Amino acid sequence: MSGLAYPIMETDPDGLETATGRPFADLTLDNILSGKLAAADFTITAKALRMQAQVARQVSRDTLADNFERAAELVQVPDAVVMEIYELLRPGRAASAAVLKACAQNLRDAYGARTMAAFIDQAADAYERRSLFRQRY
Amino acid sequence: MPELSPTRPSPNRWRRFDEWDGRPLRLDRFAVEDAQNGFSATRSPRDPSPSLVVSQGRVVELDGVAEKDFDLIDEFIARYHIDIDVAAQAMAVDSREFARRLVDINVPRGDLVRLARGMTPAKLVEVLSELSTVELMFAQTKLRARRTPGNQAHVTNAKDDPLQLAADAATAVALGFDEIETTMRVASNSWSNALGCFVGAAVGRNGVLFQCSSEEADELAIGMAGFTSYAETVSVYGTEGSFIDGDDTPWSKAFLTAAYASRGIKARCTSGGGSELLMGYHSAHSILYLEARCLCLQRGMGVQGTQNGGIDGAPLTYSVPGGGREIFAENVLAALLDLECASGNDTRASSSEIRVGAKIMPALVSGTDFICSGFGSILSYDNSFAASLFNGEELEDYLALQRDFVLEGGLTPLTEDRALDVRRRAVDAIAAVFAELDLAEVSEASKASVVFASGSRDTDTFSAGEVTGIADKLKARRITAVDVVAALHRRGFEDEAANLLSMLRVRVCGDHLQTAAIITGSGVVSAVNDPNDYSGPGSGYRMSDERWTQIAAMRDSISRGDVVAPPTKSKALAAQATYALLPVGSAAPGADRHEVVIGLSPAWGIDIHETTAGHKLADVLKALVEGIDSEGGRYRVVRVRHTADTSFLGLTAARLSGSGYGIGIQAKGTAVIHQKDRFPHLNLELFSMAPITSLDHYRRLGANAARFARGETPEPVLVAYNGDAMLAKHHVATAMLFAIETAAADPYALPEELHLEFRR
Repeated sequence: MSGLAYPIMETDPDGLETATGRPFADLTLDNILSGKLAAADFTITAKALRMQAQVARQVSRDTLADNFERAAELVQVPDAVVMEIYELLRPGRAASAAVLKACAQNLRDAYGARTMAAFIDQAADAYERRSLFRQRY
Repeated sequence: MPELSPTRPSPNRWRRFDEWDGRPLRLDRFAVEDAQNGFSATRSPRDPSPSLVVSQGRVVELDGVAEKDFDLIDEFIARYHIDIDVAAQAMAVDSREFARRLVDINVPRGDLVRLARGMTPAKLVEVLSELSTVELMFAQTKLRARRTPGNQAHVTNAKDDPLQLAADAATAVALGFDEIETTMRVASNSWSNALGCFVGAAVGRNGVLFQCSSEEADELAIGMAGFTSYAETVSVYGTEGSFIDGDDTPWSKAFLTAAYASRGIKARCTSGGGSELLMGYHSAHSILYLEARCLCLQRGMGVQGTQNGGIDGAPLTYSVPGGGREIFAENVLAALLDLECASGNDTRASSSEIRVGAKIMPALVSGTDFICSGFGSILSYDNSFAASLFNGEELEDYLALQRDFVLEGGLTPLTEDRALDVRRRAVDAIAAVFAELDLAEVSEASKASVVFASGSRDTDTFSAGEVTGIADKLKARRITAVDVVAALHRRGFEDEAANLLSMLRVRVCGDHLQTAAIITGSGVVSAVNDPNDYSGPGSGYRMSDERWTQIAAMRDSISRGDVVAPPTKSKALAAQATYALLPVGSAAPGADRHEVVIGLSPAWGIDIHETTAGHKLADVLKALVEGIDSEGGRYRVVRVRHTADTSFLGLTAARLSGSGYGIGIQAKGTAVIHQKDRFPHLNLELFSMAPITSLDHYRRLGANAARFARGETPEPVLVAYNGDAMLAKHHVATAMLFAIETAAADPYALPEELHLEFRR
């Protein structure tokens, strides 16, 4: 198996670009000082997470790789939506399995987040079986 | 024998119990083992026997629970942790046989973690229960994810003072911590706390991981702004009841874990024995079984690591019989499940310093990815998480343990100059950022008070309200790490700006998200590129000579040059002495029946001028002479040159003495009264504890020698000893001094008569 070299930053930074579409090599002090870069240029990308997932699989860490792949799907999801979903997944927040499933469907439709959506669907079934859709406050 | 006073009641208790009651240990509570009520370390009748049934590629029974009865945790473990491909083999292996493989250097780590992926919580507990504490430590050495052990610091203070946070973060970095964790006294100060640590941690080293423990949304926002790089507030529990009361589920926490990764933030879970017991949902299970559920869950979630082994529940777990072993077994279990382990040790689990020191040893000796999931690098009163197992007060004790046992505990001794340098630099840097970004003004007096402060009680700095104002501005103006990098650079803090930029660049690649990742001067180091390859002596992590030199360099270590005066100084000291010892030829036996011969050691007054108690040798000799005079005796002084041993000094002096009685004394102060016909080591009186021997003792020794010479049997002079660790305090210097005496001895040289003359 020809593996992906790690750390990626040292071995393959040219294969990466920033979330804003710049080459990795543009992330310099000069560009910060001249105001060309902002925090958005330093966020991780879905591609980087998928590469890290591949690295994790190479060293037999499949569950970690799965997490990176779910994470890759969340990169494009806005912070507010992420926090909203997290809140809904807490006990008693969603009134029914349907609410969670709708949330999953939205992830699928709006962001192509199929793995994460399936994960939430499964949560909905488990919550239903364990009666978690009761109000807590 | 003294009689008990008739008015005093007869005791009804051995007094030693009263003394024991007064010791710090007795502030700890010890719980009776009681599995029914959750107070059991590693086994309970309610713990299930291991079982796993797979049907058509699906787990349909886990540890005796059928699929339809799975609670949330069972289901999550069944779906996401159990590796169906190895499960049959893993569950079939004999637990004792597998336990033996954990301590077999010929079985590679990879084989063990592969099978563990197919084991249920009950199976894992059955395996670990076979191991003694020392076997657990050996297993941990083999199973740790990253080859090189590390450590993590708490950096907080009681005022949420960003200046002090910066100074203390820089200090923690200089001490060698790989991760820094902060939290606040006042929730609304999170952003200024984050900024203080972020800037301070950039001083002196590239790339320390940093987290600001806060409410989830706030913590994620601070991370998004680029200030923090890891999170470990993802708590999980081993019972459904605890989980729900903790306001989460396995799915919500798994979602949060993915969310952190999606923002380039390294995450680890928090679990730890005793938490379910504290939260009232223990289900009468053993502490280890519940933690095994937590850890299987965490592997299933796909989090890279855990902080476990007690954590906040450590004091409760430590109260249970076998609690210390259980806590460490949790760490071993995390490693077996291929998780990074930040081993608890972040809570003051005992008031007994002995129990504290003992608790750290399994993790410190065997090495974990982070020996403490929060070493209190600050003083305990400044710790906003509550006191850690080790705190700023005891930091040097920890350094000593590393040095004593040649252990990699992740820390490096700090010189006084280096401490002030990094603290000053950090305070200047944060003040510059405040000025450049128009956040606050800092006076020179405030800065100075923080640089020199041991803790926040010594500082003259921002009020709590002013800190909140800074935090509000940071948040309202959406200031990010990129703005801070630019501000530092503009104000001349170019190295710090470069260090922070390199941290931000790592986040784009995500290399630090891999298992057990830390960032060192040479880049990201994790279980991927620094995997633990321990397979017995000569393998795994071995301390380099360079690293050993750092660890061995304990502050204020002394060497021969600190104890022994150089020859020029020694001559000057001899010249300044208030007495003179003039050689007048070979010493002959005396005829005076009342004389006491004082036999001085070879280096007396030549290379050595003081006893270990600090008495000038002239004063010591004067005291002996005065004592002999006081009883009407006469004295003669000789220098014994063939030996430096006290017994033989004394015996030689006695044999030269007309009375048959002599005193032998070493320059370091050890003295003896001897009689010419006795066996060498059967002396009459001995002062063996020179460091606590006073001039009055020497005077009385002289008097007693004179009385022996007169044929009396005096009451021996006793030097009262209070039980101190005298030898630890004095033996380094004693050994160096005594080496001078033995070097000065010439086996063929005869005793020399000395003429004693006091000056002034």
